[in-house]
Amino acid sequence: MNQRLVSQIKSFFFSFVLLTGAISSHTTLADSTSTANVAAAAPAAVASGGGGDAAAGEAVFKANCKQCHAIGDVVVGPALKDAHKRWPSKAAMANFIKYPQKVIDGGNAYAKGLYDKYKQYMPNHDFLSAGDIDNVIAYIVKESENPTPVAAAAPAGGTAATETGSEADSDSGLLAPVVGILLITLAVVIILLLVVINLMSRIIEQRKDELSETDLDQIEGKVNWSVFFGHPLFKGVVAFIFVVVVGKAVFDKAYSVGIQQGYSPDQPIAFSHKLHAGMYEIDCNYCHTGVNKGKSATIPAANICLNCHNVIKTESPEIKKIWKAVQKNTPIKWVRVHNLPDLAYFNHAQHVKVGGIECEKCHGPVKEMEVIQQYSPLTMGWCINCHRETVVKAEGNAYYDKMVDLHQTKYGKSTMKVEDIGGLECSKCHY
Amino acid sequence: MSDNNQKVYWRGYEELTNDLDFVKNSESEFNLPSDQEKSSGPDRRDFLKAMGFGVAAVSLAACEAPVKHAIPLLNKPEEYDPGIANFYASSFYDGGDYCSILVKTREGRPIKIEGNKLSSISAGGTSVKTQASVLGLYDNNRFKNPKKGNSNIEWSALDAEVKQGLDAAKAAGQAIYLVSGTNISPSSNAAIAAFSSAYGNVKHVQYDAYSAHGLLEASKEVSGTRAIPSYDFSKAKVVVSFGADFLGSWLSSTEYSRQFSKTRKVGPSKKEMSRLFVFESLFSITGANADYRTNIRPSEKGLVVAALYNEVVAKLGGSPIGTPAPKTSRYIKEAAQQLVDNKGAGLIVDGSNDKNVQKLVLQLNQLLGNFGNTISFASPSYVKKGNDAEFNQFVDALTAGQVGAVLFLDGNPVYDHPRGAEIKTSIGKAGLSVSFAYAPDETAAACKLLAPNHYFLEAWGDAEPKKNHYSLVQPTISPIYKTRQAEESLLLWAGINTTYYDFVKGFWKTNLYPKQKYGYGSFKDFWNYSLHDGVFEVNGSNPRVQTDASSATDSTGRVIAVAPVPTVILPEPSLNFDMAGVEAGISADYKASGAGFELVIYEKVGLGSGAQANNPWLQEFPDPVTRACWENYLVIPSALAKELGLTVTDGKTAKVNLKVGNKTIALPALVQPGQNVGTVGLAIGYGRSETGKTGKDIGVNAYPLLKLVNSTVSYAIEGVKVEKNDEVHLVAHVQTHHTVMGRPAIQETTLDKYLKDPVSGRYFPKISTPNGEEPAANFSLWFDNEIERVPNEMAMGPNKRPNHQWSMVVDLNTCFGCGACVLACQVENNVPVVGKQEVLNRREMHWIRIDRYYSSDMSKEKAKKDGVGLLDMYAASEIPSEDPEVVFQPLMCQHCNNAPCETVCPVLATTHSTEGLNQMTYNRCIGTRYCANNCPYKVRRFNWFSYPENKDFDFNVNNNLGKMVLNPDVTVRARGVMEKCSMCIQRVQEGKLYAKKEGRRPIDGEINTACAQACPTDAITFGDMADKEGKLYQLLAEHKDGRAYTLLEEINTKPSVVYLSKIRNKA
Repeated sequence: MNQRLVSQIKSFFFSFVLLTGAISSHTTLADSTSTANVAAAAPAAVASGGGGDAAAGEAVFKANCKQCHAIGDVVVGPALKDAHKRWPSKAAMANFIKYPQKVIDGGNAYAKGLYDKYKQYMPNHDFLSAGDIDNVIAYIVKESENPTPVAAAAPAGGTAATETGSEADSDSGLLAPVVGILLITLAVVIILLLVVINLMSRIIEQRKDELSETDLDQIEGKVNWSVFFGHPLFKGVVAFIFVVVVGKAVFDKAYSVGIQQGYSPDQPIAFSHKLHAGMYEIDCNYCHTGVNKGKSATIPAANICLNCHNVIKTESPEIKKIWKAVQKNTPIKWVRVHNLPDLAYFNHAQHVKVGGIECEKCHGPVKEMEVIQQYSPLTMGWCINCHRETVVKAEGNAYYDKMVDLHQTKYGKSTMKVEDIGGLECSKCHY
Repeated sequence: MSDNNQKVYWRGYEELTNDLDFVKNSESEFNLPSDQEKSSGPDRRDFLKAMGFGVAAVSLAACEAPVKHAIPLLNKPEEYDPGIANFYASSFYDGGDYCSILVKTREGRPIKIEGNKLSSISAGGTSVKTQASVLGLYDNNRFKNPKKGNSNIEWSALDAEVKQGLDAAKAAGQAIYLVSGTNISPSSNAAIAAFSSAYGNVKHVQYDAYSAHGLLEASKEVSGTRAIPSYDFSKAKVVVSFGADFLGSWLSSTEYSRQFSKTRKVGPSKKEMSRLFVFESLFSITGANADYRTNIRPSEKGLVVAALYNEVVAKLGGSPIGTPAPKTSRYIKEAAQQLVDNKGAGLIVDGSNDKNVQKLVLQLNQLLGNFGNTISFASPSYVKKGNDAEFNQFVDALTAGQVGAVLFLDGNPVYDHPRGAEIKTSIGKAGLSVSFAYAPDETAAACKLLAPNHYFLEAWGDAEPKKNHYSLVQPTISPIYKTRQAEESLLLWAGINTTYYDFVKGFWKTNLYPKQKYGYGSFKDFWNYSLHDGVFEVNGSNPRVQTDASSATDSTGRVIAVAPVPTVILPEPSLNFDMAGVEAGISADYKASGAGFELVIYEKVGLGSGAQANNPWLQEFPDPVTRACWENYLVIPSALAKELGLTVTDGKTAKVNLKVGNKTIALPALVQPGQNVGTVGLAIGYGRSETGKTGKDIGVNAYPLLKLVNSTVSYAIEGVKVEKNDEVHLVAHVQTHHTVMGRPAIQETTLDKYLKDPVSGRYFPKISTPNGEEPAANFSLWFDNEIERVPNEMAMGPNKRPNHQWSMVVDLNTCFGCGACVLACQVENNVPVVGKQEVLNRREMHWIRIDRYYSSDMSKEKAKKDGVGLLDMYAASEIPSEDPEVVFQPLMCQHCNNAPCETVCPVLATTHSTEGLNQMTYNRCIGTRYCANNCPYKVRRFNWFSYPENKDFDFNVNNNLGKMVLNPDVTVRARGVMEKCSMCIQRVQEGKLYAKKEGRRPIDGEINTACAQACPTDAITFGDMADKEGKLYQLLAEHKDGRAYTLLEEINTKPSVVYLSKIRNKA
């Protein structure tokens, strides 16, 4: 008997040790992230100046250049590290950014060399203001001289990692000592208990003869189980638990019929959102062009893929599949992941363009998905719930002016939720 | 037992011979009916099996959802986005009916046709045929390949064979005939000219299934050009029509309806209204809209026209013509007086195919000074060009074996010409016969070779419906099958290797670009803008130059309002009225003493000449006047029915035998009130023998009954006999009662009374209370919460639905009953076709119907006076008057603010929205049908079956091609759910979204329902009552104390649909 107890306590100790180890490793992990953060933040504060605002330049770069250029790597076009040094003057470089084809055809030797190497013209960027171009050049100068480690190495999931990091940071400062103290206390208590048990068992061992039959039975652990199991109360409880568990399982299963949450079928081409949206931070809009226009966000046509992939990674077998589809004129049969029943009408433009909802709100952390999967249940309850909670993005939209005014003056409400303006009505989605 | 005595007995001879049926049934104890006979439905075992299977299937289906694919384009064009409709301007033409159209395409598929407001001819209006024509593209029976006989061949083989045949004809010096219907395309005519010059002896013969030869010949003699004068009904204060159904089927009826409707709008701001006199034999929708209608015998028609002429001459001076006086003279004097009183603002039109009568009518218009005002030859209309005489010569040549080659460009003369049978047997005499048909027809079946043409939605082309009014036809989808544009084939055979696109463009560059005064700097601009606008009118104005708000475009670039085009008055060509021969001709052809029965062959508004007979929408489209569908029938006057002892109850009728010359055909008879007692009528367009399943052998073919008089097709045949045939027949009626029986659904008055008292003819229901009578609207079962619900009050008083209150106003005075709205709604909302049997079962699905009511001689006042009992009075009320007045009333869901349907639904499947709409949620409906039961307007429709993918309803949605026409924004309803008009909620939502995306309120007119959009007369106005600047609100404000009323006001349902009372312009 006492052996059994001892073994239980031993196993408890084992898990305790494991737990302690886990927590301490978590703390160290958090520490390392936070140091990386600090390192990343430092140079950003230093470098600026040189004619343009590098921070503003970064925004312009991300919006206009990033699809084809990186600082350190060749993407579609050349790597831009030290690009400013390859041009005789900033004006010449700016002119080239604005009108590349003109400069190349104009006979500039360096430009022509670039064209011979990359075999395509960069589109005109005459829509950029002189200030924008100054800023972009400043950004290139800054990045060339003092590259941002995080941004350069893994711009992927940068924001996500930073968030979890900072969270862990603030907690681990307080958490680690408290947990440590608690664990030590626990250890002391357990040791004390073990000692007590040991003492008690010895006493019982010595005075065994004085005990009655029932006491002995109890010590030996002899219990009349048949009485216990045969008791109507036990039967009742078991039956009740069984009914509840099975009922719940059936109900859950039935409720989830047709719900494909987590559905991530194999796609004909192994496209990675993690790589494109995460690592290279390509805007969702760049490929899903319909999202601001109509009901369908649209799966990109092959020509959108080939905008970049006529240069990048052309030798990859996955990219070759796209080429093959184009050459054979057989469209790519992607497997549809998000399926709404025919009876429900959903419009992306209403939610994204008008409502200003982030893609991630429904589609989840796409930037971390190697294979795209359905993140939300897409059930009516889920839709309705959001309509109950979401505040209409009415500012700057004259369509809503009348209703906002009414809500404030008549009902004294400062916020106007989707449900307040008929967002729960049947024929908003069913017709 | 038979084993014991070693004797073998047979239970019958069948057992001995091992008869198949016997063996099969020998095991069954009861003599149950065979499978074919067992039509009463599944038995208990089947039910259990089906249940078991159903449960298993459901649980299996629940395990794994089917894999769905999303297939993007390889190379997406910039202007194309899935889920967003693109509109392309094009032109529709079929048998005189021309409309400039916008074709709505979704995901590259044309799904709907809408009117193009930029055209001064159709001006945004459409007709039933236009609306339905989109389905022709997805006709599963279309030709998919070039053919020789019944076998498919390659285009190259066909080209070689045709060239050989043409060369042989040329070498032999034989004529090559190119037969077509009216060809209004200038480029097509240029291509034909090129073909002619390549082969020399080519004769292009045009004909019309419903001929206007008489009018064309008369016009040629008067004006020198063989073209129809252009009419302007909008300027006419008095219109006299002699059997010309200009609101339904006569020539360019969409254009005329629109013009005429402008003169029928009456309100506090417009107190004038035109007056319409109609003299006709049958009952057309023009007759139904007449202020004064006289029924005449076809054989006295010329005399009636002459009598009117003589009356006018007597008042204005001139030489009368010496024809006998007609037997019927009712309203002739009144019409003459009105015409003379409104000199220069009258218009006389005639629907006959008789040159003499047409000349007299033109002369009458000239006498009254109407030329240059309401009628003109300055820019004549080309919608019909057929020449009966030339066609007759062609048939003579063909039967005589003098034709080397014959090509049928379009048209189907084997079916739709009185000499069709001769053509059919003689086609073989021509060395080469080629048909360009896109779908099976009788002529194509008789030809040796088939060179299938594109459907017009796949083709390039142009049209000139009126002189100097051009429009383009452009493809809205790539050709679905291996078809080729007919003109391209002709050019190729003529040795000109070009695409027809280049040819049309070239034609426009050389012929039309020099004419443009729009200020486009280059041909490229001219072409691109013309293609965008769809129309180019030489004397019109550039829509881009107008800068005022009335030419607003919505976010898709669709023009939603157009400023009126300044009228350019063109000089009238010199006219020559030589009336020699008219008097003699009329005297010889017409007589006042007609006896017996005369047959009038007429054209229906829906099916027209029968070219679209395989279109299930058109087959199920109820005739506006008879309200019957799915066949043609002999319309007979009630006197004849009495004579024959025919009774028509609930569509059940007996057939009659119609004897015309030596032909006898048996067909159902329908009694038509108001029809001339000596006349019977039969519609063309039915009885097709070579077409798809839908249109094949539906009704009888009336064309062979037509006769040729002086090589002109005559549509009135004397000396026919009608005999009773005892075969019982059911005619599918969608409306089984004829009159309104004194109920106030229709509220009408006359112009004089209206001008004196704006609420004359209105009905104000009152309820007796202890304090006297009070308006019924004061009492409500419903708790009037914060939403003020009365439309009449809502339009005028403070509106408490602040965002939107969608509403509709229907003007009964400008609804002529054409039914374009019915078809438009059907196309837009995926309304299924149910077939004749289900219509007989009263299960038709149209969301909007146009009720047609006749007046009755019995009234409450009359009953009181004559001491008729209540029951007898109602029974008598159901009998239409011999000379009835007619009202058309479009009826769709009234979107009641106190909706009776909503309170009885046990599952809340029908509810009210904050925008005033009665919402129907299909996925929530469990099919109790309580709502339909409780609807006082009977506008709810129940899906008794699953119509798609159901072999019992083998119409367009039963095949994959036909399903392409479905609107992807509207759910296809399942079996067992209720449906009804949603006020095009999908369009409302889309329009709101456009506005929201651009951060503005919707522009008035930007959101429109399919019915209002299709209406050529703007009888239906849709809008937002909360928009006080909007047209709808303004219209209601104008009529609130006058014509505006809601249906069944006494039951206080407070509908969102408001009607404007009918006003007749009669004394």
